[in-house]
Amino acid sequence: MSTPAIEFEALTKDYAFGFWRKRTRRALDSLTFQVREGEVFGFLGPNGAGKTTTLKLLMGLIFPTSGTARIRGRSIDDVEMHREIGFLPEQPYFYDYLTARELLDYSARFFKFTETDRRERVTKFLERVGLSAAADVQLRRFSKGMLQRVGIAQAILHDPQVIFLDEPTSGLDPVGRREVREIILDLQRQGRTVFFSTHILPDAEVLCDRVAVLVGGKLQGVGTLQEIVSIEVQAMEVLFELPAGRSVPTALAGHVTPSGGAYRLDVPEAELYDAISQLRAAEAQILSVTQLKPTLEDYFFKLVGRETAPSYAVEVAHK
Amino acid sequence: MSSVPFFVAVNTFRESVRDRVLYNLIFFALLMMAAAVFVGQISIGIERLVIVNLGLSAISLLGLVMSVFIGVGLVSKEIERRTLYSILAKPVRRWEFLAGKYLGLLLTLAINTALMTLGLFLALLYVNRTIARADAPILQAVYFILLEFALVTALALFFSCFSTPMLSTLYTLGIYVAGLFASDLRDAGALSSSGAVKAITSVLYYALPNFSNFNVIGAAAHGDAIPFSLVWQNTAYAGIYILALLLAASAVFSNRNLK
Repeated sequence: MSTPAIEFEALTKDYAFGFWRKRTRRALDSLTFQVREGEVFGFLGPNGAGKTTTLKLLMGLIFPTSGTARIRGRSIDDVEMHREIGFLPEQPYFYDYLTARELLDYSARFFKFTETDRRERVTKFLERVGLSAAADVQLRRFSKGMLQRVGIAQAILHDPQVIFLDEPTSGLDPVGRREVREIILDLQRQGRTVFFSTHILPDAEVLCDRVAVLVGGKLQGVGTLQEIVSIEVQAMEVLFELPAGRSVPTALAGHVTPSGGAYRLDVPEAELYDAISQLRAAEAQILSVTQLKPTLEDYFFKLVGRETAPSYAVEVAHK
Repeated sequence: MSSVPFFVAVNTFRESVRDRVLYNLIFFALLMMAAAVFVGQISIGIERLVIVNLGLSAISLLGLVMSVFIGVGLVSKEIERRTLYSILAKPVRRWEFLAGKYLGLLLTLAINTALMTLGLFLALLYVNRTIARADAPILQAVYFILLEFALVTALALFFSCFSTPMLSTLYTLGIYVAGLFASDLRDAGALSSSGAVKAITSVLYYALPNFSNFNVIGAAAHGDAIPFSLVWQNTAYAGIYILALLLAASAVFSNRNLK
């Protein structure tokens, strides 16, 4: 059996707080699971669930209270292991006095590339993230989306085997999100392992082979999104317009609400065809038919509601 | 030998240049030199003394301000802006990063000081129409000023590894001022009849960096030769002190959770 790309073993993190720092708050509670080589793995959870804490532990930015983790079989304490990984922090902020080219060149210097190789890589990766035209512009003039892209470039320009992305699509416009998704899928095609945190369900649906869900610092489950979140179509939404003088069929009236000059009908999936037949009989023009699924937010809300402790962290007694 | 500190140092220097730290200070230094020339002209017979005194004092003060105020932000700014995260996710050890930041600021201070010294010599040339052998102690004084900057920067860096920039500034300035009067502190203790006071002042004398050792501005202004033994002593003293501070800073920073 091959070595997992990432292994968590009862990884736990408590933060001390208070004047004497004697009380602690548990941000991550005995995290144990594995990520396979070549997977695109989604790390899901609401804000404050412990996703960023986990990524910081993996990057050696903070230290575990107990437990451990390994990346490609090497301890997270091993700085040399960082040659095999790439990391995009949440809402990245880089040296804004540097240009995109200078930042990538600086990042590449920490790896043992020849000068020619370094220059070629910088040019190649600027192109790959669509920043060739802005290569010599200082980062202080970059938009959030452009910063995210340069952040991804600095994370992958040394061809790491495992890439960690903290909320890579958060705050991006639809075009930016699509571009980031494309980059992640491209990395997957190259056989890289991508571990990314998100609270955006469509991203997880499109990209992930498997996901883990974290709430209040505790792992809720690991598996495919379908297995974990049990995404089932709750209902069908039909948007339609009626010609002048026609009214909503009586049988459907209780399920119809006016919606910006048109009408919206919510029906169970099994009753969809019958409802559409009735609308046709009423000469309705059907504008769209959409599946209504629970959002990830709905799922988190359900989980958080089940928790007795606050969702963001669990305070633990100090011994 | 790791080349990581070198990369970080060059980037830190580039930050200072792009933030126009040098430009402002050079402008200010030139202003000081112009003032020195003016004062020199109205100080008949002691132009050189006044210009060297004012020039070296300006170099010392400006560099000190840079050492403290940039030094306390070397690490804290990186943490606050989270620029450090993507760097430490690369094969970069924390001590390498710290050493690089320190060397980068030192490089900035050295270039800044070199340019201001050039300004001072130009002012001297303007007044005396020549650079004499008696001006050589000025370079020794500048070297001591640089040692002082290196020590103050190490102090600022050490405090910034575990404290806020404001508190780090207070601690650094406090130790600097106390260090200037370290000898007076010991002398005052010697006058006391209490053994405890004598012991405390003696410990403080040895623990505090003795900054008064580095001040030879008066001697340089008078053209007095500065013994080479003092050069070696000050170099060794500053070197040991800086090494101890950087090792302590590295130990603290390497175990710090970066929230």
